[in-house]
Amino acid sequence: MDLFEYQARDLFEAHQIPVLAGAVATTPEAAEAAAAKMGGKVVVKAQVKIGGRGKAGGVKLAENAADAKEKAKAILGMDIKGHTVHQVMIAQAAPIAAEYYMAILLDRANRNFLVMASVAGGMEIEEVAHKTPEKLARVGIDPNQGIDKAKALEIAKSGQFPADVQEQVADVLIKLWAAFVAEDATLMEINPLVKTEDGKVVALDGKVTLDDNAGFRHPNHEALVDHASTNPLEALAKEKDLNYVKLDGEVGIIGNGAGLVMSTLDVVAYAGEKYGVKPANFLDIGGGASAEVMANGLSIILGDPDVRSVFVNVFGGITACDAVANGIVQALEILGSKATKPIVVRLDGNNVIEGRKILNDAAHPLVQQLDTMDGAAAKAAELAAK
Amino acid sequence: MAIFINENSKVIVQGMTGSEGTKHTKRMLKAGTKIVGGVTPGKGGQSVDMDGVQIPVFNSVAEAMAATGANASVVFVPPKFAKAAVIDAVDAKMPFVVVITEGIPVHDAAAFYAYATSKGTTRILGPNCPGIISPGKSNIGIIPADITGPGKIGLVSKSGTLTYQMMYELRDFGFTTAVGIGGDPIIGTTHIDCLRAFQDDPETQAIVMIGEIGGDAEERAAQFIKEYVTKPVVGYVAGFTAPEGKTMGHAGAIVSGSSGTAAAKKEALEAVGVAVGKTPSETANLMRKILNG
Repeated sequence: MDLFEYQARDLFEAHQIPVLAGAVATTPEAAEAAAAKMGGKVVVKAQVKIGGRGKAGGVKLAENAADAKEKAKAILGMDIKGHTVHQVMIAQAAPIAAEYYMAILLDRANRNFLVMASVAGGMEIEEVAHKTPEKLARVGIDPNQGIDKAKALEIAKSGQFPADVQEQVADVLIKLWAAFVAEDATLMEINPLVKTEDGKVVALDGKVTLDDNAGFRHPNHEALVDHASTNPLEALAKEKDLNYVKLDGEVGIIGNGAGLVMSTLDVVAYAGEKYGVKPANFLDIGGGASAEVMANGLSIILGDPDVRSVFVNVFGGITACDAVANGIVQALEILGSKATKPIVVRLDGNNVIEGRKILNDAAHPLVQQLDTMDGAAAKAAELAAK
Repeated sequence: MAIFINENSKVIVQGMTGSEGTKHTKRMLKAGTKIVGGVTPGKGGQSVDMDGVQIPVFNSVAEAMAATGANASVVFVPPKFAKAAVIDAVDAKMPFVVVITEGIPVHDAAAFYAYATSKGTTRILGPNCPGIISPGKSNIGIIPADITGPGKIGLVSKSGTLTYQMMYELRDFGFTTAVGIGGDPIIGTTHIDCLRAFQDDPETQAIVMIGEIGGDAEERAAQFIKEYVTKPVVGYVAGFTAPEGKTMGHAGAIVSGSSGTAAAKKEALEAVGVAVGKTPSETANLMRKILNG
């Protein structure tokens, strides 16, 4: 889960990482009130989970509370690369002497964590890495060793931070590591990390990604979920414990296993080229594929008004095809008249003959079977074109 | 020959007394896997009836190894306790640990991988993987045993069901070993480890490599193939139509910005001479052509 900037700021503050005063507002009036409370100049910042908001006009300096209200009015509702701005963050403005960069992230290739720190901040770190690699410290962190004072200082030096801020930078890094571990993050980035004119090192903007798999030890992370921008079908699927992603096509997809479902999307996309149709969703019903899970899955897909046909693609492994076929038959009984769209089924693998027979015997008017994944994808695409 | 496991693999099941553990222990026994014990802390001394076979339960991996001579372990322990289970196995110097559990926090996986690496005596497969099968010899994990028999193809895949699908498509040729390495961001055994082992295995004549979106494991595997692998390799990559920034089922299957795309992986593999199929069946046909000469 990616966090909004204001959530990242609050999380940093909770872990004693120095930040400036900040508050979130959803209306111009609330923005004004927050700015009045802070006093002086503030920055009004669009809260969207995408880069480039500054260039898009989503970050504005306000002279006072009344100005903050006007600026918030201009920013709220703005569209930034397809993301509508529902919230702004009101942040205390500070005179900046220097901008730095610091991040800790999951390093999949080296199977550990990576610290990146640089005296050159405020821009894309890829640009720093490309143009002035000598200014960027990249240090792998053993998860069981972590970052102690000596290591943090070594990183600050290697990132070419000036001597007068090295201690403070090292201190921020130690705290950032503690926060990274405590919150089960896969990314914590501070960009820019700034030195104010009075010499203090402060986190001015942050990006945080939290590990969804670690949710069981962080019940408080649930409150960080952005329900407002979650697709309603995705929200419904999550309630039913289904792995569903809404896409923008017309062929509903159900399959078992993440890899097979991704592959199914691709095959449907190829087959759909000549009909001008695409996959409508990703839905992995997992190994179990009981009647109930199948019914839940089908009902979500049939509830998507964009869907014109459904492709159920199952390879029977541990769960045999006869069980899956029974699941489909029972699911259609549960759904009754709510099932209105043609369903193409491809079963293969364990007990496939029994499974196909069950569907043939049931002879549901909406269901047709094809023997191969490619053939079934072509049929589902064709049906969606009509 | 087979890679990582063989007919002499003696296997213990961590989390055997749980429902998944019991179900798959029975399956593995039926497939001929030598299951010699289970580990559930606090339940040591009991034994469990697995369709007529009595399997002893131990409190720790070290106890189980001392009593049974086990040389492989498979972990069905729930995510919350999976890290402790793997650490237990590493401490016992268990040579091979297959972690089936899905949903392990990535900090836990990073910690047990680093721990195993520092000890240098344990190879981890997974987490979030279907396991490994060497048809007719041993089957550790949840891969269906009867899709196909022994043969000459080696398979390595991030995805479980695509592994089954590919084994099924190529069932007339059979497999030396099929390895599901798992779809998590941090995994213990990589495409490269398997490619190396298949290249070194005299019985494996050709290799199928299945990848998916996320990370750059396939790109690194391509580089490795160029440097080390002389046997024919065919590839398949899933997720061309996956949108940016969305996790597609597997925790590691995510396109971030312009990195981790299926197109980049396909390109990298093709650049080193790997034939990449557009669909699983096309991929199987590419392999068929190679083996039929």
